[in-house]
Amino acid sequence: MRSHPLFAPEPRNAIEIGGEVRVGVYVCHCGGNISEVVDVEKVARAAGEEHDVVVARDYTHMCSDLGQRLIADDIKEHDLEAIVVAACSPQFQGGTFMRVLETSGLNPHVLEMANIREHCSWVHGDDPEAATAKAESLTKMAIGKARLDEPLEKRTMPIGKRALVIGGGIAGIQSALDLGDAGFHVHLVEKTASIGGKMAQLSRTFPTEDCSACILSPKMADVPANPNIDLMTYTEVEKIDGYLGAFEVTVVKRPRYVDPQKCSACGLCEDTCPVSVPDEYEVGLTSRKAIYVPFGFAVPNTNVIDESVCLRLTRGGDVCGLCMKACPQDAISFDDKPERETFTVDVIVVATGYETFDAAEKAVYGYGRFENVVTALQMERMIVHAAEGAPIRPIKGRVAFIQCVGSRDEQVGNEYCSRVCCMYASKLSQLLKRSDPSRDVYVFYTDLRAFGKGFEEYYKRAQEAGVKFVRGRPAEFTEDPVTKKVTIKVEDTLSRKLIESEFDLVVLSVGMVPNPGTAKIAEMLKLTESPDGFLQEAHPKFRPVDTLTEGVFLAGTVQGPKDIPDTVAQASAAAARAIRLMNQGEYALSPVVAFVREDACDGCGACVDACPAEAIRIEGKLASISESACTGCGACLASCPKDALDLKGYTNDQLEAEVEAALEDAEPGTVVLVFADDMTGYRLADNVGTSRLPYASDSRIIGVPSGSRVTPKLALRALALGAGGVLVADSEEKSTPYVGSTRAMRAHAAETKRILEEEGVDPERVRSVEFVTVMLAKFAGQIDEMCALVRSLGPIPQEKRDALKERADGAVLVDQK
Amino acid sequence: MTQDKASRARGDRREAGSGGTRLPYYPGCTLKTTARNLEDSALAVARALGIELVELPRWNCCGVVASLTDDDLMRHLAPLRNLIRVQEANAAGIVEDEMRLVTLCSMCFNTLKRTNARVAERPEDLEKLNDLMYKEEDYEGGVEVVHFLEILREIDPETIRRNVKRPLEGLKVAPYYGCTLLRPKEIGIDDPERPTAQDDIIRELGAEVVDNPRKTVCCGSYQTVANKDAVADLAYDILTHARAAGADVLTTFCPLCAFNLDNRQREVAARHPDFEHMPVLYLTQLMALAFGLGEEACRFDLNFVDPAGVLEASQLVKEES
Amino acid sequence: MAEKIAITSEGVALLDRITKLSGEKITMCDQCGTCTASCPMVAEMDVTPSQLMRMVQLGQNDVLDTKTMWLCASCFACTVRCPRGLDLSKVAEALRQITLRKAIDRIDVREIPEDDLDELPQIALVAALRKLTG
Repeated sequence: MRSHPLFAPEPRNAIEIGGEVRVGVYVCHCGGNISEVVDVEKVARAAGEEHDVVVARDYTHMCSDLGQRLIADDIKEHDLEAIVVAACSPQFQGGTFMRVLETSGLNPHVLEMANIREHCSWVHGDDPEAATAKAESLTKMAIGKARLDEPLEKRTMPIGKRALVIGGGIAGIQSALDLGDAGFHVHLVEKTASIGGKMAQLSRTFPTEDCSACILSPKMADVPANPNIDLMTYTEVEKIDGYLGAFEVTVVKRPRYVDPQKCSACGLCEDTCPVSVPDEYEVGLTSRKAIYVPFGFAVPNTNVIDESVCLRLTRGGDVCGLCMKACPQDAISFDDKPERETFTVDVIVVATGYETFDAAEKAVYGYGRFENVVTALQMERMIVHAAEGAPIRPIKGRVAFIQCVGSRDEQVGNEYCSRVCCMYASKLSQLLKRSDPSRDVYVFYTDLRAFGKGFEEYYKRAQEAGVKFVRGRPAEFTEDPVTKKVTIKVEDTLSRKLIESEFDLVVLSVGMVPNPGTAKIAEMLKLTESPDGFLQEAHPKFRPVDTLTEGVFLAGTVQGPKDIPDTVAQASAAAARAIRLMNQGEYALSPVVAFVREDACDGCGACVDACPAEAIRIEGKLASISESACTGCGACLASCPKDALDLKGYTNDQLEAEVEAALEDAEPGTVVLVFADDMTGYRLADNVGTSRLPYASDSRIIGVPSGSRVTPKLALRALALGAGGVLVADSEEKSTPYVGSTRAMRAHAAETKRILEEEGVDPERVRSVEFVTVMLAKFAGQIDEMCALVRSLGPIPQEKRDALKERADGAVLVDQK
Repeated sequence: MTQDKASRARGDRREAGSGGTRLPYYPGCTLKTTARNLEDSALAVARALGIELVELPRWNCCGVVASLTDDDLMRHLAPLRNLIRVQEANAAGIVEDEMRLVTLCSMCFNTLKRTNARVAERPEDLEKLNDLMYKEEDYEGGVEVVHFLEILREIDPETIRRNVKRPLEGLKVAPYYGCTLLRPKEIGIDDPERPTAQDDIIRELGAEVVDNPRKTVCCGSYQTVANKDAVADLAYDILTHARAAGADVLTTFCPLCAFNLDNRQREVAARHPDFEHMPVLYLTQLMALAFGLGEEACRFDLNFVDPAGVLEASQLVKEES
Repeated sequence: MAEKIAITSEGVALLDRITKLSGEKITMCDQCGTCTASCPMVAEMDVTPSQLMRMVQLGQNDVLDTKTMWLCASCFACTVRCPRGLDLSKVAEALRQITLRKAIDRIDVREIPEDDLDELPQIALVAALRKLTG
């Protein structure tokens, strides 16, 4: 560890400097990530020149053990009262540094972080000078806020021992079993009539060729046997309200019309049923009746009536009813109704799985039109039946497997690789070859990905069995109208020769796509999507099963394509993370809540209606805010004619101090301030940084809990002080955790623009945009556009700036209805 | 030629609202010579459906093929001037408030639409192009290039059926699309792999649609000049697949496809002794036949492979001769 | 004897030039072969369309001597199918333009037989001359 000189004058004690706050500033190199672009020593030196900065250092890894100790030691030695860490995003290491403060006896909320990595070095790599100037500015902004930081009280809420697992595939089953075995109560909700998911449809699993049903069955049987698991099949989640420790879940149990207690799955009802429809479990290869058991080893193993095709249920009256008459147990009743049930849980695991890509979308491959083109999932079923000696259709002659169907294909909108197809094709192809060597089997691939444990060895076994791997992606198929054989046109890229030959059977290795039902759950829980459409984990490296919604975890393919071992690992991980939370018994709430300046409040009550959470009441002659109901969105601030409302942790003085510091050393009229909300705007800015997408360095990002915190007064004051423009980057209405805040945010922006127009200032200087976290290019584009706009407009003339200041000082009220 | 067009345009000017929709129409060169069968049949069919295709005054050749390099501006001039003509036609009252430009030729459609898209994407290029054409008024943007098949597709099926005087019962038609009508995706008017735009119309005429697996395969396009053998082989493939699927005739909407698939059947037969000729018609010719619009509208005289045989076999032309 | 190719700075310059002229990121081609299998003119070509891309990627200047780009019919079948979203028709055009802009034409209208000229519709002649001459 290098020892660094202090860049500040001798430490002074609090009495000497007249009650000023003693600030310590730490500038991180981030192992080169920051220091390769930003002159970190210069930033530390500049910080040290502030009158109340007692200590200013730069160091290679502030978050490391040694880095943390630097801060802890300084706090003790120099009586520090507020800490600024200029480093990565507070959303990344904020928690780390808050803990350092806590263990050193400081309130964790006197920490401010200046994001000079994601918001600076990573996006302004092409202009180190500008990046350094911006880093200095961002650090000054953080110092400005930090010196006004007040210790905030820790608020906690209790967490119980109840979990909800949504989805009963192998991921949901594993999570539920782990949670149940650990002594927690689990509601396992599965939409279809049986648990088991896609794994129940597979023949054998790679690379060991275990029989899928054989390894899955015992796990499935363990679920109802576990006393802590409440299994609800044929049940859908209708609504989820609330938050960690208090999720209120409403589910709808669909009617089976068969009493599971009485039904013995004897099958007599099925024999009498006159209705036949394609069997979903067999992927349409065979049919089932309207009354059916989902599959042989279904759990629960009882019949269910498909009400969309049952004659009695669709036509009513006394129609049919043959099954009821045939049932020896008297288990059938057509009077069943859906049942709603509501319960409360503390944590949720989302394990809603995937769907296979609909091969009909790839029209050139003829799925659904050509007789001899099937999907890999259908081939799984075909192999199971063939192995039992009862083949559904003959598999003879020349067979082709086509890889990357619906994956790695921008033409269908799926850029990603589905991870399992190379291996399952290696599996299916060698199973076919070994059970009948007279078959001539080919696999048409672009890359063969055999990355896991035992995978390369298993792929070699396929080659050993005589499967031929051809490197080429077929462009189109033609069906012979008489023989129905399929001619495949493909380039063997390794020999650069064109193949145009006939095959007896073509198997499409379809990829994984997000399960359409997941979108509904995601909306209920405010979960975000990754660019590939699957649900996004909290952090790709360090929090792969957490989500950014506290208490909600992901397990299995809902988070992205993966195979069974990875799914099971993730499921257990999700359970462990949930247990970790529940074992703590309580969790800390954000202390960021609104408060009333009692000397200014006159009890007029304008704020009562302005609060989207209905957290304000008038008590006596003063407004009173319920701290547990208040979400901290800040929407009420702009409704008070006396400026009596403020937000802890983001007070008006603090935000204005940040704005002033941002504009201090900049050319007047060039800076665009970006107020970014925690949930989306700030994260999006971080994502843009992680992707190294550059944008104009005249921007300064200021974090706020919600876009609704930006009052017209704040925006007008910013422009009056010399900002060129203000951008509020907020969440979409449906994804903001601050329910109802979007309306307030929009009202604030509209009012600000109106005032600008009245004062003859271009209203395009102030904008509000609702983003989602995947809109990287849009975010960078907006900033670039605004920075270019304000440069072309030039600075606001002084008289207009004075006018704006006057307007800001006067009452700027917003009717947020 | 210019005088003719101008006077005809003046002659065609009518009061707005006195008889259907008036749409600006861009013919392109070939429709005035070897592909008169496409123009005559289309104009007649349009008129029967209440649409007046009003030829743009002072149109020029669009250049046929779209310019594909990133830096080229010159080759966008010719198409751009035609878009300006649409502005002029509106200003002169030849059409009212109508910024759609209808083409019959698929290649013209593709080239005009691509240029239109390019200048919309890159306003700085439009500025340069407008500067270069200092004698023309500036192109302001706003023209929508459409292919006649798009117009037909939007017509109420009942209207089409009402016009059918002679249902083409028993006739098996394989619609052919070629490339420039469907590709690239931003320009195309239908799914590039499974287009169906012609299908409904053919059925409304009373005929049967036969699916030809080669319906979107290129006819060889301009390679017909230097590589006619390659084009003959492509035509052989396309036509034999159509026949194997059961088709009596092929329909198309592009004069170059028509040449490569119809006229080049001579070369196809020379190279492939087993080849059976198949009539290749413009869809509008079939429509004109079904609508009973007469020989001057159908113009089968300009088709290389005489469709009379096939149409007679389906008892469709006995009243004509 | 196995052929060798050399990686040279002239070759890199060729790749950069084609990338700029076509507007396509040629290094993104994954060599999957979909374009080749979609091409209607592939039977006449000496190198396949995917091989054309490969030669440009590795900066092999003799790509300019191949017949392939001249046989392209600009049908855009490759364009609508490329899984990487690349437009190969633009790459072929860029390659043609390198030669054509040196005032070296691919076809000479004087060498087209009289009978053919009589027969060919304008659309074919204008298109061919626009694509294959400077």
